[in-house]
Amino acid sequence: MTGLLPIFILLTSLVPTAITFFLPQESYRLRNALNLGGAIAKVALIVTMLFSVAGGASYETDMALAPGLVLLLRIDALALLFVSLSASLWLLTTIYAIAYLGKKPEQSRFFGFFSLCVFATTGIALSGSLISFFIFFELLTLSTWPLVAHKQDAASLEAGRTYLLYALPCSTVLLVAIVWLESATGPILFTEPPDLSGIDPAGLRVIFALFIIGVGMKAAIVPLHGWLPSAMVAPAPVSALLHAVAVVKAGAFGVIRVVYDVFGVDRVAELGVGIPLAVMASVTIIWGSLRALQQTEIKKRLAYSTVSQVSYIILGAALASPFAVIGGLAHLVHQGLMKIVLFFCAGIYDERAGIRSIEGLNGLGRWMPWTSICFSLGALGMIGLPPIAGFVSKIYLGIGGLQAEAPWVLAVLGVSTLLNAAYFLPLVYRLWYCEAAPDVEVDENAPALVGPTVAAALAAVAAGLLAASEISPLGWATLIAERDYLQ
Amino acid sequence: MSALVAVLVAPLIGALAAVALPGRSGRIATWVAIVATLAAAIMLAASVISQGMPRLAVGSWEPPVGIVLEADGLSIAMIVMTALVLTAAGLTARHMLAGDTKGPRIAFGFWPLMLLLWAALNAVFLSRDLFNLYVGIELLSLSAIGLVAIEGKPAALTAAIRYMFFALAGSLLYLAGVVLIYAAHGALDIGLLATRLPAGTDPFALALMTVGLMAKTALFPFHVWLPPAHGGAPAPASAMLSALVPKASFVILLRLWFDVMPDQATDAVLVLMAALGTAAVLWGSLVALVQTRLKLIVAYSTVAQIGYLFLVFPLAGGTSVDQPWAAGAWNGAVFLALSHGLAKAAMFLAVGQWVHVRGSDRLDEMKGLAKAMPMSAFAFALSSITIVGLPPSGGFTAKYLVMTSAFAAGQWAWALVMACGGLMAAAYLYRPMAVIFGRADLSASRLPSRSQQAVPLALAGVAIVLGIASAEPFETLAIGRPQAAEEGL
Repeated sequence: MTGLLPIFILLTSLVPTAITFFLPQESYRLRNALNLGGAIAKVALIVTMLFSVAGGASYETDMALAPGLVLLLRIDALALLFVSLSASLWLLTTIYAIAYLGKKPEQSRFFGFFSLCVFATTGIALSGSLISFFIFFELLTLSTWPLVAHKQDAASLEAGRTYLLYALPCSTVLLVAIVWLESATGPILFTEPPDLSGIDPAGLRVIFALFIIGVGMKAAIVPLHGWLPSAMVAPAPVSALLHAVAVVKAGAFGVIRVVYDVFGVDRVAELGVGIPLAVMASVTIIWGSLRALQQTEIKKRLAYSTVSQVSYIILGAALASPFAVIGGLAHLVHQGLMKIVLFFCAGIYDERAGIRSIEGLNGLGRWMPWTSICFSLGALGMIGLPPIAGFVSKIYLGIGGLQAEAPWVLAVLGVSTLLNAAYFLPLVYRLWYCEAAPDVEVDENAPALVGPTVAAALAAVAAGLLAASEISPLGWATLIAERDYLQ
Repeated sequence: MSALVAVLVAPLIGALAAVALPGRSGRIATWVAIVATLAAAIMLAASVISQGMPRLAVGSWEPPVGIVLEADGLSIAMIVMTALVLTAAGLTARHMLAGDTKGPRIAFGFWPLMLLLWAALNAVFLSRDLFNLYVGIELLSLSAIGLVAIEGKPAALTAAIRYMFFALAGSLLYLAGVVLIYAAHGALDIGLLATRLPAGTDPFALALMTVGLMAKTALFPFHVWLPPAHGGAPAPASAMLSALVPKASFVILLRLWFDVMPDQATDAVLVLMAALGTAAVLWGSLVALVQTRLKLIVAYSTVAQIGYLFLVFPLAGGTSVDQPWAAGAWNGAVFLALSHGLAKAAMFLAVGQWVHVRGSDRLDEMKGLAKAMPMSAFAFALSSITIVGLPPSGGFTAKYLVMTSAFAAGQWAWALVMACGGLMAAAYLYRPMAVIFGRADLSASRLPSRSQQAVPLALAGVAIVLGIASAEPFETLAIGRPQAAEEGL
């Protein structure tokens, strides 16, 4: 029974996918019920597991493909961190998406691929072997394309093309890395550190670089980030999916797996590849912020902000000192919560007020108070204002930098915080302190859009306020770090 | 044993009946033959898996006098794949030919030729005699050429004649090799030849046969006949030609180099074969990228995919033959042949339905088809996944196996060829995907029904399943190959 749990969790997204594709456009009720039901069932399953995994349990199920290809699904603490983030945000996004899409066309295709994306993300989280990770990683690549190109106009198709243009070469690089490594070690399972002695250090460094290119593209590491801002043409729920629930998270999660479970912290240090990775992450953090400053469209600015923020996770993973590990892992959740709030809000501004550019935000706080409060909370959290979640991540990363004897990390965090303030504060200022344009008349009477936004914002605040408790993202990250990586 | 005979005899009788019986009864006979052959293929596979390899000395004459039919893992894998593809092609052809004004005339030739092609393919997969293989492959070429020319269009006729030139030249070279071998050893049975004492003429004979078979497999630079022939034939015919016909001559090549004369396999020759394969991958993909007709894109993709198959020779033959990675490379190549067969047939059938609706296979005519025909569009997408080699699909399993072998053998270049080939395939298949996904109002009146669209979708689905449930097919392929049974890496 317990061995089947990973499969049940996957089925909560796969069953809605399989049925939704065949539903006619008019079956709104059945489709919504299926997708919401799947999302709720998944959250429920995960909540029940949280307790047993906290007590030290893990669930496992495997299936042999051809020799060398082992499909292993495993629920451990790290898997659960990612899967509970993506599952709870999936639930919120589903509610939001149902309201956002209203009666727009092609909903069966949209929700079908949407659930497929979540299925793939769950698979990535639960993968216990390198090859199952790759299989789900690629499934995610493919199922995201129809969502990015969903509107089927020239701009969307172009964005979809850009996405594949980045994704497919990088996944080829990832495959080469996996094949190269596994040709020497046999199938790699995340539970047992592989014996890498068959490959010389120079070769291992190259393989590590190939791995980082392969998974780093999804995490939008500079210079592999170009697809993310251009994917902004997609509908708002898709942006939420790309930025918070699934895609960039899968990339960051991949980096964590590669550093900790494929190579191992010691080997990474021995090869001397951790610091270069940290430097890359730092460059991405600064570059993303600088580019965000130059954007005049809300969603574009948010997109570059993601480029910058996701690399905090990678920075933490690369530094590999105790506090950095914990901060990076916690930021996986924190960034997701805050970013989904911001994108939900951007979607509401667009949908309910037709506002996409930053100037349009002037004075909206009065007209759309709920949305604007959430947006402000998300933005302040991103800057790192206590007690919102982002603050906790930054503190931990900073201390982690000192522990790893890389004090320059403090400078990176400092500059980044200043830049964050520089590109987020003007938005908040405009919302509350600028005069609204005279013709603005909007209302935010859309509970199904605002509700999930408020819930996510509350979660982001709670993650910061309750950081000391065991069940907070930080508490869970500490548990993972103590259990698996810091013996 | 009876299934072994039935997979050969049922399609032959069906072909005769389809010609001899008039009208409705001819059609019924055709479908009885199709169903019977499909059932026989599945029964044969089941009996090989459960009871081991059946062997039949025709007329009870043992070699060297008589000829032997034998089904091993490779045979039944190819026979089952063939049965699935041909049944699907038949189901699609039934609707497509019915709506055509020239229908009756084309149908008169189509069904007998298809059944002859089926018999010939099964004969090639089962024969253990070099001359018998020649007969099989000759019958195969002739029925294939007939199918190319069946609509009687001038372009198709030209393509058929060019095909015939290559096919006949290939046959002659192969036959010359057979004669040399018979002169030197007095035997043509593969089992006997495997234990022969090498003769001075062996290298020359093997070279002649290999070049002849390469021409029939359409390996670069002998591929020039393939795109016009496969692009010009009616879609169900293209599906069979692209998915199955090159595989038959490839299987003979496998048997020649791994069973008959493994001793002749020097590294230089094997590398040359893989180099030609590499050229095929690169050239086929590049040319597919610039085509403006959809069927030609799919046809050039076949040229490229055939190239991959030849990477098996240096990785599993010659000095690699008893290395741990040989099994992976050999199985990977066969997996590739199987999944390409299924996916390419699905692709041609889906494209055929679009061409039937739009009246042309120009790429810009395909706009909006994803909305009008979602299931066949999905079939095209799934087969693209297999052709590109993305997980989870048979194509991916194959690619993983071959690439790991290449790295383990220290022959990285072949792994990079696969990686680049996959990327180029993604590029040339993305173009049609993006076009059909584009928005356009298609008020076309007669769209194929859902059940018709389900046919290519089912084939493409099998290619995907081959990647998910790959353990059993993998074990099956090891039947009759002691060295492959060892788990390699």
